[in-house]
Amino acid sequence: MANMAQAIRMALHYGEQNLGVTEIFGEDVGPPLGGVFTATQGLEKAWNAPLDERGIIGAALGLAWAGGRPVAEIQFVDYIFNVIDMLKLAANGHWSSGGRYKTPLVVMTPTGSGIHGSMYHSHSFDSIATKLHGMKVVCPSTPIDAYGLMLAAIKSNDPVLFLKPKALLRSKGEELIPGEPDEKTLHDMIDAPLGDRTKWKAKWPKLTDYTVEIGKAKISHAGTDATIVTHGRMAPLCLELARRFEKEGKGSLEVLDLRSLIPYDWEAIKASVKKTGRVIFVNEETEITNFAEHLIRRLVDECFYELRVRPRLLAGKATPGIALSPNLEYFIQPQAKDVERAVSELLADPA
Amino acid sequence: MAAMSTKTPAKKAAPTADAYKKLGAPKLLKIHELMVRARLLEERLIKMSKGGDGFFWIGGPGEEAFNVPLGLQIKKGHGVNFDFLHLHYRSAAIVMSMGAKPIDALRQMRSVATDPYSKGRNFVNHYAIPELNVVPVSPTIETQYSTAIGTGIAQARAKTDAATVVNGGDAGTAEGDFHSCLVWANRPALPLPILIVVVNNGWGISTAAKTQHGEEKISDWAKVFPGMPGKTIDGNDVLESWTALEEAFAYVRKNRKPYLLEVRASRLYGHSSSSGANRIPETDCIELLEKAMVQKGLAKAADFKKTWDKEAAALDEAHKTVKAEPFPAVETVWEDVFADGLPPSYPTKGGS
Repeated sequence: MANMAQAIRMALHYGEQNLGVTEIFGEDVGPPLGGVFTATQGLEKAWNAPLDERGIIGAALGLAWAGGRPVAEIQFVDYIFNVIDMLKLAANGHWSSGGRYKTPLVVMTPTGSGIHGSMYHSHSFDSIATKLHGMKVVCPSTPIDAYGLMLAAIKSNDPVLFLKPKALLRSKGEELIPGEPDEKTLHDMIDAPLGDRTKWKAKWPKLTDYTVEIGKAKISHAGTDATIVTHGRMAPLCLELARRFEKEGKGSLEVLDLRSLIPYDWEAIKASVKKTGRVIFVNEETEITNFAEHLIRRLVDECFYELRVRPRLLAGKATPGIALSPNLEYFIQPQAKDVERAVSELLADPA
Repeated sequence: MAAMSTKTPAKKAAPTADAYKKLGAPKLLKIHELMVRARLLEERLIKMSKGGDGFFWIGGPGEEAFNVPLGLQIKKGHGVNFDFLHLHYRSAAIVMSMGAKPIDALRQMRSVATDPYSKGRNFVNHYAIPELNVVPVSPTIETQYSTAIGTGIAQARAKTDAATVVNGGDAGTAEGDFHSCLVWANRPALPLPILIVVVNNGWGISTAAKTQHGEEKISDWAKVFPGMPGKTIDGNDVLESWTALEEAFAYVRKNRKPYLLEVRASRLYGHSSSSGANRIPETDCIELLEKAMVQKGLAKAADFKKTWDKEAAALDEAHKTVKAEPFPAVETVWEDVFADGLPPSYPTKGGS
């Protein structure tokens, strides 16, 4: 079973072979490293850029305006803050030009905590990303979704920010990517060897088109007692909890994996909440001006009488950064035990 | 001001009477006509701004002697086989010289529904003309030097002599984007065919460049990169501008490498309407050209008057047309948010 980094790599390979991806670039994206998380190893169009995030996004914008479909990487989302105005240009270019210039580019970047990344390798950017109106924002939690969302992002005529949950890049999924061989064969084919790689070339499996539509959430676990709306790193934790609660008879949880933050699947959120009457939003962003707060406000506006109890949010604590010491990081960022506690409280809330 | 060359691919003499004759009276008169068109357009836009027929004004009166030759030397068209332009908001004379119509700038100033560049959404002189490879002009300072990298890469990959042109002001060179452009354009892995233009008017809004910049010449930044030409010219002089642009374009088109051109020019109406947009007693490049052409027997004052009158009358007509045009309907704000269409459940109420 492919891990998420391999899935992204395969999607990019499919994109450069079949979807007109002209350039895949960023810091250490090309050989010999192929990305700090190996997501770009062996790709024909991958190359190393100077250590200059503004130049990287500027280059992507210019390439898109010149008719290309570039995929650019910001090595960690923590480094994206000095290019917010460049991202705004990407997001507003179609609108500000009266629809004259499309901006079909993908910016991918590892996001979130979970690798003991401390102050500058643990940030989430989800909420700020959703304020870049005109930009689509996606964040997969499984390899198959990463593959399908990347193909959708490449095909999109809009700029797409592809958030890669860094804690999940080595995680494997439960569904095969179309064309994916067995694990060892895949490893031998597309993982660069250790040591000298100068003569190494990837051998690619015969991949096919598989697209996850941007803006469509996935019910990863159906349930009737409460809804968990989540994405990215928190999604597998919520799924695991739903399965365990079902087995233990503690409650029937519906887990909605958003996959796309902009546009978000409002119909899916509404439908699930109307069914369960109880909802909690779970994500890694800090709680102040959390993206989910917008969704909660909209639920209050549009589904007030369907809500049996108050909607809840489980989010990161609003500290200036993520601390290194594990007990501090686990306190700041939601962990499995926090999800269990918050969901248990939601289920117990008297209607 | 004499040409100040830091490193040039070929030595060039200052313009002489012969240089005027070489370019020829018809060409010079065409250049003059475009300079007048751009100048009158800017002055009309200022009047509109002051008269409540629009809001903020920012533009480039005073830069015509360089901007018109630049516009005329562009390889015009759409796609990587033609020049790309990453412009800032002082570029009216460039796009007018490429065939853009003054009436469309009036439309953007009045922010009417017919504004072809932004549908009434952006400031005046913020062009977006895909058929001419003019990428969206942004009010942000210097970001165009980063986006120029991208079209430069596309052209470096293609088999073409087309170039990317980026322009901006002197104050913006303090931003990292200017240096990003220099670094990326000189990458040994893939040098880029970019003509990097900096128009130095000596000011950043109200702040004098000499109080903030220790560089003697902005073109000296080229010295950092072995072999990169950098030159400073007098942008009030049409002939010097024309010749320098020919040389710079020839270098970029042939060598597929960058060229840095610093252009000293006047800022005749200050920074923008925010600083009053009143005439400032600096060198006027149109007056200089007219004087030189009369002195050299290439035109008569009466010829120039005809041009001024004709262009002014055309603007009067255009302005009348624009004043009768409707403002955009509010529903249009939802057009173009996404190229692939607005999702049905996208929030559009602005709250509860």
